[in-house]
Amino acid sequence: MALKKSRVEMPVQDSEARKSNFDEVALGYTEEMALEEAARCLNCKKPFCVEGCPVNVRIPEFIKLITEKKYQEAINVVKSTNSLPAVCGRVCPQEIQCESKCILGRRGEPVAIGRLERFVADWEMEHGNPEVPEIKPNGKKVAIVGAGPAGLTCAGDLARLGYEVTIFESLHEPGGVLIYGIPEFRLPKDIVRREVDYVKRLGVKIETSFIIGRTMTIEELFDKGFDAVFIGSGAGLPMFMRIPGENLNGVYSANEYLTRINLMKAYKFPEYDTPIVSGKKVAVVGAGNVAMDAVRCALRLGAEKAMIVYRRGREEMPARAEEIHHAEEEGVEFHLLTKPVRILGDEKGWVAGMECIRMELGEPDQSGRRRPVPIEGSEFVMDVDTVIMALGTSPNPILVQTTEGLDAHKWGGLITKSETGRTTKPRVWAGGDAVTGAATVILAMGAGKAAAKDIHEYLESGSADW
Amino acid sequence: MNQILRKRVLTPVTKEIVVAAPHIARKAQPGQFVILRVSQEGERIPLTIADFDRDEGTITLVYQEVGYTTRLLGKLEPHDHILDLAGPLGLPAELPDKGRVIAVGGGVGVAPLLPKCKELHRRGINLISIIGARSSDLIILEDEMRACSDELHICTDDGSRGFKGFVSDKLKQMLETELNPDEIDEVIAIGPIPMMKATCAAAKEFGVKTWVSMNPIMVDGTGMCGACRVTVGGETKFACVDGPMFDGHLVDWDEAWRRANSYREQEQIANERCRCGGDRQWL
Ligand SMILES: Cc1cc2nc3c(=O)[nH]c(=O)nc-3n(C[C@H](O)[C@H](O)[C@H](O)COP(=O)(O)OP(=O)(O)OC[C@H]3O[C@@H](n4cnc5c(N)ncnc54)[C@H](O)[C@@H]3O)c2cc1C
Ligand SMILES: Cc1cc2nc3c(=O)[nH]c(=O)nc-3n(C[C@H](O)[C@H](O)[C@H](O)COP(=O)(O)OP(=O)(O)OC[C@H]3O[C@@H](n4cnc5c(N)ncnc54)[C@H](O)[C@@H]3O)c2cc1C
Ligand code: FES
Repeated sequence: MALKKSRVEMPVQDSEARKSNFDEVALGYTEEMALEEAARCLNCKKPFCVEGCPVNVRIPEFIKLITEKKYQEAINVVKSTNSLPAVCGRVCPQEIQCESKCILGRRGEPVAIGRLERFVADWEMEHGNPEVPEIKPNGKKVAIVGAGPAGLTCAGDLARLGYEVTIFESLHEPGGVLIYGIPEFRLPKDIVRREVDYVKRLGVKIETSFIIGRTMTIEELFDKGFDAVFIGSGAGLPMFMRIPGENLNGVYSANEYLTRINLMKAYKFPEYDTPIVSGKKVAVVGAGNVAMDAVRCALRLGAEKAMIVYRRGREEMPARAEEIHHAEEEGVEFHLLTKPVRILGDEKGWVAGMECIRMELGEPDQSGRRRPVPIEGSEFVMDVDTVIMALGTSPNPILVQTTEGLDAHKWGGLITKSETGRTTKPRVWAGGDAVTGAATVILAMGAGKAAAKDIHEYLESGSADW
Repeated sequence: MNQILRKRVLTPVTKEIVVAAPHIARKAQPGQFVILRVSQEGERIPLTIADFDRDEGTITLVYQEVGYTTRLLGKLEPHDHILDLAGPLGLPAELPDKGRVIAVGGGVGVAPLLPKCKELHRRGINLISIIGARSSDLIILEDEMRACSDELHICTDDGSRGFKGFVSDKLKQMLETELNPDEIDEVIAIGPIPMMKATCAAAKEFGVKTWVSMNPIMVDGTGMCGACRVTVGGETKFACVDGPMFDGHLVDWDEAWRRANSYREQEQIANERCRCGGDRQWL
């Protein structure tokens, strides 16, 4: 049988229709599609894809099981190293991870590994009933700070080992960025809730509206009898550009904009109480996943013009390829090599325009990307009424400020030993965005797993060395 | 958790509730606040911890029913629970250890003022308090304020009680005539934005340092969103983590006023609904 060069297309909601709803865009493979795509895998002896995966999912193995229609076994293989497959299948940047290493990619398109991962995960949700293993309590207690992917994964793994685990989450709903950041049309919240429920079924307690550093300190958690603490508090602090006009009405951080929409459901106002003011001409500054999510939300809230404004070029845009593609299909305008210099207001203090300057690419900088430099005299005014700043985020200093002996880098990331996640404070581990700065779901999950393993080894050993 | 134990109606639009919240009560300091949600569809709103009792494990909230969420909260009775309650948030107020302070409270602003006054009184500070409202029936927490103040002055806009005029006018009059501004260590002013702005202006004339408690719109209350941005001394601050108390002479009041009114239209929509009994089916 001749190998197909191209992958099976992902069925998606029509781009016109989806612009006005928050339903999931990518609809997922049918069984036939999954079988056809799985058949493309060469089952390489030396699978480079596995090396490309941050948690080394045994990819050829699970894909082979799909071709044999053994879906439950396939998902079990995935779940042996990835606890959030339904999430990762949807949001991982596969094109720079597993799929970038696929041999087929040299001549044609790589195997659609992410889509197949999603297929088996969704199959299990529909048909299987993720069973809860029998757990023998070991009498030890672990506290987890933050219910994002890092915290949930660490909690789940420790619960399976018999630990009594409590997650403390500052918001009123667990899930971290998966709940408050990534929109429904890309990651349905039911999927996140299902993952959270599974962790609860493992016996993990989740205390919401509980802010470590405010409601209770890490030191006090130890006083309460916890044997270890894992910090998965993410990188939630928004950055602004520090340009004039940033505090005008109609300027949002992407975090505020997305939190209002996703966590607080402002897109359903007034059925839900939280309002949002999203205009007709919306500019989102930045070009990562966060920016794509914000600009696509703006369209769905009725923007006639939804624009990405980015100081570098197309090649440098950090968002997942699929998100950029979907945004383009939906009619998002890309203003590349363009940098805002100030935001203009009307007499009532609302955004009325944004002055930008054009950029050109100069010498490569430390990140290896060519440094954008302003072209003198190229200033112009963009006609906008809403501006959303999606410039990146950094870890919240609250834990470092309230915990003696817990050290962070200057930029805010917690200092850890990389393999184990041990921080500078004995019996405190950390992982995910709190350590790396804004990164990915899979890395956060992997860090939670690694820390769970080390916490177990450490507490088992009974050693006092750190 | 979060059960309402006691409730008092202070004025037709102002209520006081005592809520079981042992974790928050244990850590609360004067100047801090909580964020709460009343229903599954509800907004997160900030309210100051007006008092706390560590032994009883309770906090006291005093709130004015100004819109949808505060009205929903107003419908809760003892034994009901507040759905979500997070705190204590914000920085504790920095209060002096000795000297003389004037506390100025407008409307419901007296509620957040009270815990600071109590603490000042405990520290033996000479405390002059000026509280005011539109009319005499809207004056709240008078007895509590009297108990911790060396002098208490009451003002009403309509002259139905005490000094006729704004609290800022009273402050100005006192600094002009009865008090020596050099002997006043600071003014603490809490209330609606126009009241705080006017009070700062009055105190500034006499060179008296003035602390205010900013009440911008908030979402998370932990520094994650920036909704609560205020400009202080030309710098952007997040009121929920850098405040809510700031040097009032450095605050950009016009910006604060503008930002507070960002959601006027939406608030009206929500309010209309509440007048119809807050029934969601009605939509
Ligand atoms: C809009 C958006 C889109 C994204 N898209 C993608 C994508 O497509 N693919 C991808 O791989 N990654 C994406 N990411 C990044 C990814 O979501 C994060 O890397 C990942 O969620 C990090 O997980 P975490 O567990 O470390 O932290 P988070 O998910 O941030 O969770 C941390 C949790 O800790 C809580 N917390 C913080 N401080 C405290 C405290 N003191 N006490 C108690 N709780 C606390 C927070 O409320 C939060 O719930 C996106 C991020 C955003 C914002
Ligand atoms: C730190 C802080 C402490 C506060 N303490 C008290 C207090 O002790 N007692 C009290 O009565 N009020 C207090 N407030 C104000 C209180 O939060 C608002 O009155 C309340 O949110 C109004 O909600 P609503 O739905 O009833 O009214 P809405 O109709 O939504 O709004 C009415 C007014 O409240 C303001 N407001 C609306 N939403 C929010 C929000 N999410 N956060 C902040 N303000 C908002 C708006 O500027 C608007 O002018 C405090 C505010 C802050 C920031
Ligand atoms: S309320 Fe979100 S940062 Fe202050």
